[in-house]
Amino acid sequence: MKNTIKQVFHSGKFVVGFVIFITILLTCIIYPLFVKDDPLAMLGQGNFFKPGTYVSQEEVALEKSYTLKLPREFSKLEMVLDMDTRSQIQQFLIKYAEIPEADIDVTNAEGLVQLWKANYDPDVKYSGMTSAKRKSFRRLNNEIIAAQRDTGVIIAEEGEDGLEKSKTIKDTDFVNTKDVQTRTFILGTDNFGRDVLTELVAATKSSLKIGLIAGLVATAIGLVLGLLAGYMGGIVDNLITFVTNLFTVIPSFVILILISYSVGDKARGIMVVAVIIGITSWPWTTRSVRSQVISLRNRDHVNLSKLSGHSMFRIIFTDILPYIASYVVMAMILQISSGILAEAQLSMIGLGPATTTTATLGLMMQWAMTYSAHLNGSWWAYFPVVVIIALISFSLNLMNTGLDQVFNPQLRD
Amino acid sequence: MAQDQNSKQNLTEKKPCLSGRGVTKVFGIGKQAMTAVDHVDFDFNEGEIISIVGESGSGKTTLSKMLLGLISVTEGTIEYQGKPRDISSAAKKKEYWKNIQPIFQDPFSSYNIFYKIDAVLDDCLRMRGKGNASEEEKIALKTEACSFVNLKYAELTNKYPFELSGGQMQRLMIARIFLLKPKILMADEPTSMIDACSRATILDMLLKLRDEINMTVIFITHDIGLAYYISDKVYIMEHGKFVESGTAEECIIHPKSPYTKRLISDVPKIYEKWDLDTVVNE
Ligand SMILES: Nc1ncnc2c1ncn2[C@@H]1O[C@H](COP(=O)(O)OP(=O)(O)O)[C@@H](O)[C@H]1O
Ligand SMILES: [Mg+2]
Repeated sequence: MKNTIKQVFHSGKFVVGFVIFITILLTCIIYPLFVKDDPLAMLGQGNFFKPGTYVSQEEVALEKSYTLKLPREFSKLEMVLDMDTRSQIQQFLIKYAEIPEADIDVTNAEGLVQLWKANYDPDVKYSGMTSAKRKSFRRLNNEIIAAQRDTGVIIAEEGEDGLEKSKTIKDTDFVNTKDVQTRTFILGTDNFGRDVLTELVAATKSSLKIGLIAGLVATAIGLVLGLLAGYMGGIVDNLITFVTNLFTVIPSFVILILISYSVGDKARGIMVVAVIIGITSWPWTTRSVRSQVISLRNRDHVNLSKLSGHSMFRIIFTDILPYIASYVVMAMILQISSGILAEAQLSMIGLGPATTTTATLGLMMQWAMTYSAHLNGSWWAYFPVVVIIALISFSLNLMNTGLDQVFNPQLRD
Repeated sequence: MAQDQNSKQNLTEKKPCLSGRGVTKVFGIGKQAMTAVDHVDFDFNEGEIISIVGESGSGKTTLSKMLLGLISVTEGTIEYQGKPRDISSAAKKKEYWKNIQPIFQDPFSSYNIFYKIDAVLDDCLRMRGKGNASEEEKIALKTEACSFVNLKYAELTNKYPFELSGGQMQRLMIARIFLLKPKILMADEPTSMIDACSRATILDMLLKLRDEINMTVIFITHDIGLAYYISDKVYIMEHGKFVESGTAEECIIHPKSPYTKRLISDVPKIYEKWDLDTVVNE
């Protein structure tokens, strides 16, 4: 026994899979100790904020500032001239100032502004220009003039007679990030404005729970039925094989959908979904356990045990189960992995756990899809979920292959 | 042929221990039906070594499993000590199995590899009602059984089956029989999977069991040479039927059936000293 465990941990594949899996598991346990937020708290007002650190704008404006003579990493001019504006300026210059396109370098903000100032006159009525366009050019001109002034940003407060200047923020003004409130969303926020990372950790935890319960249920049912069918034979075997075949002929996913649907939205908690997945995925465990037991039950040591007057249960427990134990463990690992995938599939079609208190990997995928994260480029809302699902599956399968190699010496390389 | 046998038994005044009439085993049903044992009659006498000889696939193992009560009998009756054998319930089976025990062909598959050797021997003590005996008595009994088969109990205890050689495993199986002391030993090709050296030892031990405990030994083999060496009675089996039976002398030195002759001619030349060639060439 000890030897086997040693061998298992000498299998490279098993160890890699085990480390990945344990890392995911530990993250699920340790992360909530540090981040105590409710994983489903809606922090952001709006859909899909980019990953990054968010700073309170008001606090920064009001916070005591330090003067730092640092090279400017941003230019107000650059900020005013976004790509859209630059192409508008370019078009204006080509059309009304008849400057050849080759002479206009849109990437050079300073040069562009010089050309603009030389050719644009706010008082001239350019022909063929809509009044809306004319207004927008005038506004742009004002913005450029403002951006070129060096007075900084003026903060004004509503006073008795109009706005009163209260503070000027110069380009050398900095605040210490320690003095202001910041919040880092490593994976941004989702469609409901929830922190994707915190949500992902919670979702992974519930998905693992679903996988584990589904795997246990499926393995338990499969094992008991397989043992009975294989060992007892006769009518019991025929009956169990019939039911098993019935379940195999109808794709289990269809049964899964039907049961999930008929259970109804309200009753479908995490546990219920896990159990439903479990009771629809036992047939292949039953079939393989049954065939293993059939080949074992004619082994001489089983006959000898019978002839020694042992009861059926004792024979099953001492003479059959130990021989298939490693196999059952491997089958369960696969069942866990397919349970997690089944939950994801179910949730994607809206039949997953109907709960607003916990997230699952499948539900996160579904939310991201419904709010078309994949279309508006919000990769952080679904890609990490896919990666986690893949990692869990991959690590479990790797562990399984490793175990297989230890238990079936023929497969060792 | 069965009548023939009965009259001979009366002459030698041997009590039949296990006998069968029209014993048949059919595997499968309908088109796939396959008759492995086909209406065989036999009378195995107490304290004799009876060989059942036949090619592989002739139905020897199937017959032995029926006799052991491990598989059902399709047709025919089996009598144990003159009375119809009754193994209809678990309790009756348990009772029957006190009287008949096997040694199987493959020692490597005869052990549960997850349990130490002691477990096998302790099981025997339990079956003999010595489950609650004192530790010293148990060890004494186990040591005696092991020394019967030239094994040292002290060296074996705490070992797993796979730490033993095939010959040692098979000898331990005989030690098991020695502990259980059943009336009948069903030895299904007990020497075919082990090396030639161990083979002779095993055969001698079977003889010893018969001589010392008056055990009836049913020895199943495909090797007619071995059968001649060990047995009192020989049954020749072909395609599920007994084609010839009688004493070892009758069957092997003066075979009547062409099948027996062929079996004899297949024996390697080392048996030549028995001068079997002349018999075959008759
Ligand atoms: N459980 C079974 N089901 C179907 N056929 C069987 C079974 N056991 C044995 N047989 C068939 O019965 C025949 C006799 O087998 P067996 O008794 O093992 O022969 P032997 O021991 O003489 O080699 C073989 O043809 C074998 O294929
Ligand atoms: Mg055989």
